[in-house]
Amino acid sequence: MTTRYSALSLFKEGLAGQTGWQPAWRSPEPKPSYDAIVIGGGGHGLATAYYLAKNHNITRVAVLEKGWIGGGNTGRNTTVVRSNYYYPESVELYGLAHRLYEGLSKGLNYNVMLSQRGMVNLCHSTAEMEIGARTVNAMQINGIDAELFSPDDVRRVAPIYNFSPDARFPVFGGIWQGRAGTARHDAVAWGYARAASRLGVDIIQNCEITGFIIEGGRCRGVQTSRGAIRAERIGMAVAGHSSVLAAKAGFRLPINSYALQACVSEPVKPILDTVVLSPGCGVYVSQSDKGEIVIGGGLDRIPSYAQRGNLPTLEAVIAGVLEMFPIFGQLKLMRQWAGIVDVVPDSSPIIGESPLPGLFLNCGWGTGGFKAIPAGGTLLAQLLASGKHNDISRPFDLDRFATGRLIDEAAGSGIAH
Amino acid sequence: MQLFPCPFCGPRDETEFHYGGDAGNVRPDGIDVPTDRWAGYLYLRGNPKGTAREIWVHMICGEFFVMERDTVTHKVLSSAALDGEHAA
Amino acid sequence: MTASRLATGGSAIDRSRPIRFSFDGTIVQGFAGDTIASALLAGDVAVVGRSFKYHRPRGIWGAGVEEPNALVDIGGSRATPNTRATTEPARDGLVAKSVNATPSALADRNAFLDRFARFIPAAFYYKTFMWPDWHRFEPRIRAMAGLGTVDADWTSPGMADQINHHCDVLVVGAGPAGLAAARLAAGAGLTVTLVDDQQSPGGSLGYRAGEIDGKPAAVWVKETIAELAAGGHLILPSTTALGIYDHNLVGLNQRHFDGRPDTLWRVRPRQIVLATGAIERPLPFANNDLPGIMSADAAFAYLRRHAVLVGRRIIVATNNDSAYEVAGALAEASAEVRLVDIRRNGTPAAPANARLIKGRSLASASGKLRVDGVTLDDGTRFDADCVLVSGGWTPTIHLFGQAKGKLAWSDARAAFLPGDPVDGIAVIGAAAGAVSLSEVFAGAGPAFAPLGQTKAPLPRSTGPKATGGILPAWPIPGSKGRIWIDYQNDVTVKDVELAARENFVSVEHLKRYTTLGMATDQGKTSNLPGLALMAGITGRTVPEVGTTTYRPPFTPVPLASFAGARVGELMAPVRRLPLENVHRANGAVFQEYGGWLRPAHYGGYADAERSIADEALRARQSVALFDGSTLGKIEVIGPQAAAFVDFLYYNTMSTLKPGRCRYGFMLSENGVVFDDGVLVRLGEHRFVVSCSSSHVAAVHARLEEWRQDRFGRGAVYIHNATSDMATLTVSGPNSRKLLKALGLGLSLGDADLPHMAIAHGSYAGDEVRITRVSFTGDRSYEISIRADRAEPLWAHLRKAGQAFDAVAIGLEALMILRAEKGFIVIGKDTDGTTLPHDLGVDGPRVKRQTEFVGRRSLFTEEASRDNRMQLVGLAVPQGEAPLPTGAHGIKRIDGRLRSQGFVTSSYQSPTLGRPVALGLIERGATRHGETIDIQHLGKISKATITAPCAFDPAGERLHA
Repeated sequence: MTTRYSALSLFKEGLAGQTGWQPAWRSPEPKPSYDAIVIGGGGHGLATAYYLAKNHNITRVAVLEKGWIGGGNTGRNTTVVRSNYYYPESVELYGLAHRLYEGLSKGLNYNVMLSQRGMVNLCHSTAEMEIGARTVNAMQINGIDAELFSPDDVRRVAPIYNFSPDARFPVFGGIWQGRAGTARHDAVAWGYARAASRLGVDIIQNCEITGFIIEGGRCRGVQTSRGAIRAERIGMAVAGHSSVLAAKAGFRLPINSYALQACVSEPVKPILDTVVLSPGCGVYVSQSDKGEIVIGGGLDRIPSYAQRGNLPTLEAVIAGVLEMFPIFGQLKLMRQWAGIVDVVPDSSPIIGESPLPGLFLNCGWGTGGFKAIPAGGTLLAQLLASGKHNDISRPFDLDRFATGRLIDEAAGSGIAH
Repeated sequence: MQLFPCPFCGPRDETEFHYGGDAGNVRPDGIDVPTDRWAGYLYLRGNPKGTAREIWVHMICGEFFVMERDTVTHKVLSSAALDGEHAA
Repeated sequence: MTASRLATGGSAIDRSRPIRFSFDGTIVQGFAGDTIASALLAGDVAVVGRSFKYHRPRGIWGAGVEEPNALVDIGGSRATPNTRATTEPARDGLVAKSVNATPSALADRNAFLDRFARFIPAAFYYKTFMWPDWHRFEPRIRAMAGLGTVDADWTSPGMADQINHHCDVLVVGAGPAGLAAARLAAGAGLTVTLVDDQQSPGGSLGYRAGEIDGKPAAVWVKETIAELAAGGHLILPSTTALGIYDHNLVGLNQRHFDGRPDTLWRVRPRQIVLATGAIERPLPFANNDLPGIMSADAAFAYLRRHAVLVGRRIIVATNNDSAYEVAGALAEASAEVRLVDIRRNGTPAAPANARLIKGRSLASASGKLRVDGVTLDDGTRFDADCVLVSGGWTPTIHLFGQAKGKLAWSDARAAFLPGDPVDGIAVIGAAAGAVSLSEVFAGAGPAFAPLGQTKAPLPRSTGPKATGGILPAWPIPGSKGRIWIDYQNDVTVKDVELAARENFVSVEHLKRYTTLGMATDQGKTSNLPGLALMAGITGRTVPEVGTTTYRPPFTPVPLASFAGARVGELMAPVRRLPLENVHRANGAVFQEYGGWLRPAHYGGYADAERSIADEALRARQSVALFDGSTLGKIEVIGPQAAAFVDFLYYNTMSTLKPGRCRYGFMLSENGVVFDDGVLVRLGEHRFVVSCSSSHVAAVHARLEEWRQDRFGRGAVYIHNATSDMATLTVSGPNSRKLLKALGLGLSLGDADLPHMAIAHGSYAGDEVRITRVSFTGDRSYEISIRADRAEPLWAHLRKAGQAFDAVAIGLEALMILRAEKGFIVIGKDTDGTTLPHDLGVDGPRVKRQTEFVGRRSLFTEEASRDNRMQLVGLAVPQGEAPLPTGAHGIKRIDGRLRSQGFVTSSYQSPTLGRPVALGLIERGATRHGETIDIQHLGKISKATITAPCAFDPAGERLHA
């Protein structure tokens, strides 16, 4: 049996017909109780389980997934990894995630294909350039790599961009983060699952939460479609459906669920080397290693749990793409889909204990959860292991909505993340 | 493209409407409102999966109204003008 | 393979119009009516492309949208990468190139990759390339990936039309089922729209035999179409239904073949009838991907439509009845045909002149660049130049699936069929599993039943009796050789087995791990065999494995269709001033500010900076003219208007006297300053909210929301008069003199019209409103007049102003003037966290007793923090340049660099002869006189914190 992944093992397995590979993760029956339960088998949930085992030596852990692992927003996003944030609190959080991503393939022994091809957030006016400077300065002060790009710099990294004088949104410059890029989203979920499973974590698919076991005012387990499962520490990382579980646990969250669409063109040979975001066009674009042009835009404006895209938003997003890259007018749309995201008033995540003691939250990532997976997992694991925040997660506690200490990137930098 | 029934203008494209929040989220007045109550009014949402009762505005005529719809199937169940002088 | 064009026949081609085009640099001949694929087949071009991963040679598989192999880049002015050769009309002079092959499909230099296939199975990339680093490998992998090539010199043929359309019944598919349903619906008095993705209607009736209502099928098709057209029904050929969206909106993409971009239709029918047919599946056997192995049904279509005989020695392999007619027709066209049926019993009779071999299946095919023979499962070998396969039929139920229709597995059909009905959608014909024409027609009647019944009789058919009998022939685990499931993405039986071995047994995991069904054909031929194989491996039934989610579009759709007219300025139209042309004639240079196109400056000098400085300097010296028409003018009228503005504003407004104005903030409920501006009280019950230019729509919406939520319809009325009126501002020491020269018919004495008051006058017979407010710090008057009468007034001001050296100023000069005074611009000198007391306005927070928007939020822990960022002025050491806007004040905490605020506005003041700047700095209001470090792009400089106002702090110039 071959367990370790490497060029050599792939070669050996090639000679043996690829028949010696083990399951990437085990699928055991759920046990009646665990030391910790993580609800949600997406990137954040699987990473939480992995770090519980790896960082805290807590291995009697179950990940409970309603469907199939990585099937929520982890498998539906546009795979951008970046940490170009404004506030120190955000920088600490996303900076941690970014650093962990940089060591993830080796750490998990799973190639998550982190591709640091850089990202430019364009500025379309003098006013946007001033905000751009404010943001770049903030990033540099907070220790994140950032450059303020001139139009020529933008031309260098994205020569096919629309630099026509008639462009609706002319390029005045941009905010560049060279370490930003993309990673293979499915691989992140599967890599964490495989590594967690090997450390003893039980990954239980097709296991839906139907209720919480509450005793003495404290959460002591969950009722599931596969029976009751008990644990003293329960974390939930169920982006898009956080409010649904919160309702089952008896509390409300500052969240609305919206559909976020993404789409890809047919695959073409390399033509775009970086991630380009235009706030004016309301779109960001990259090209996957497979050759598809990957397109992300704004939310569908109607609260929804339907995981599908709608035509009006798609039309606006595609119009934005063609304004950015007119030569993409020769391309065809191959696939359109949507995920359901938690939208929080300040667009920052919620990490911390819920109003139900013993139940801990990892939610509210909005449109940007993928890039934060390693940090979301690390921080929720720490909360589950110790019951306490560390300095990085503390500002993101639910209590900020009462104190008013929101962390609103759009308010600070004018850039909606 | 969803069709929403404006109580004043009839069925119109979704792009003409703007979501206004949960119906029944009554504003508490005064500076003595407890912190959690005020935060609840400002931020906490039911966000139901299934039937939702919401405030919407038809941006063309400017009128706010209450709409019930299913957030999974997107089926519209009812819409009604605000009852008299105040929102529910 | 020795495919050839027959001397006669071909319903689609026009032999009087020969055409020539090039494929991979070779000339191909054909006729008008050929597709690229049919012409290539007629020219015996076997290898038309290379597979995505292994660069295997591939030939044409199908005759329609299901084609996985034959993709070409079309060059020239209508360049389109990844075009399906099977649906693209051949035209004279067209230049086509195979994708993913260099230099040609036939002689691809990456063909060697296939020899390493055993080392690069499904998902191999997750297991390697980690050391030393993925970045080392990625560029080469990336270059290998992708199919077609984007033409960098491409130019747009123009914007695509988008059409909204309503009808009673939309019928998707103009095969026998769709035509019958359309005809019946029309007969019931319903309006019908009939779409089909082929250029000519008929579907399988275009090549399969049959008589309908006593006529040959082709005649019936023609008559039905003519009848529908005569009835005024809309018939759209070459049109694909790409998706069913919310509330049963159907998106269609219509192709044109005259150089126009495609057209996007948004159709809202009362009833959708899906008559989308079915797609033939491949059969699993080793090397089943060789060129020359194709769909039996497609070969039949090519024979009848294009008079192309796909081979001379043909093996037809099948597990169902539909291939028998094909075999017979090919034999009749003088090919040597062997029909190999997996079934031992229940087969139809052997077609004339074809040899039938029952109870056998293909074990493997052989050949290098094209198939040269097959071996049966009993070891028998036959030479062949073409192998046609029919593995059964997969109903095309993508659209039904998109509409969240549940699928039901049918063992009899070995396929998923539509399950429980979905409101407003009917699925009929082969898409619903019907096999014979009579079955098809029987389903057509009820298709639009919710809308009415037809009295017309159903069409009656005679023709070959199809039984629909099928013996499933799914890929079998453990099979020998390389058996392809997904042709384009190179997914084989072994890959699916590998996925199962590694626990990727969920159908969605299978798809993602192996990329099965993720190619441009979206798995139209591969999905079902793939999941059936997974079922076999894991001991589950096919419905237990289930399908992946159906996602739009059904076939790839040009991005341009979705964009439509949203191109250039139409993508996000700017708002324009009524006097734009006048300003342009005066040399104004325009820029966009918050959605408005406004004069930045009037171009007095070639150098923009100098023009702006000159305007700002002269404004202080004499008098400036400024077009302030964008300023909000929202009227609030009614018995509770005063209470209303009190609630909406941070400042108490009800104490304002009629005829007077007051500056104030509007807050959001979270306490943040949302807008600032002047409120004018015209009368006891009438106010004008003058809000920021870029906030007019948002402020208006907010006023309406609170009116309806809290005050009610009878209490207040709100009217946005912003674009009704132009507002021209006259500012500066000589502003009153210039105004006097206009003769507005009112007293301009300071007693009658003091600062923060209004007066009414008239100009050229039109009423004007004069508001004495100032954003420059100088004596200023805003004149509001009907927008369509503003031009003579502006011209008069310019002319009369010559005596005072009046200067027209753009927004940039105004920005300098207001910054000199420390006046803020919301969103520039504030951010989304700024509370009113951060701007030095603490009075209402402390003193007001009545409720207002955002009030409670001013008393949170955060609002009471003592280190909040506060508005300040910032002065630089003498002789230094202005601070860069966006620079941060910095400090060190525990050795770490931290921001303590930032520069929000910064200019060189021509009047003061030194830079002025505003900023938001921690505890700034208490730190006047303190010097701090400022960092911009790594460089550090000094600035001293001051009061925001740098010019005329006593405000004497307001009255000068």
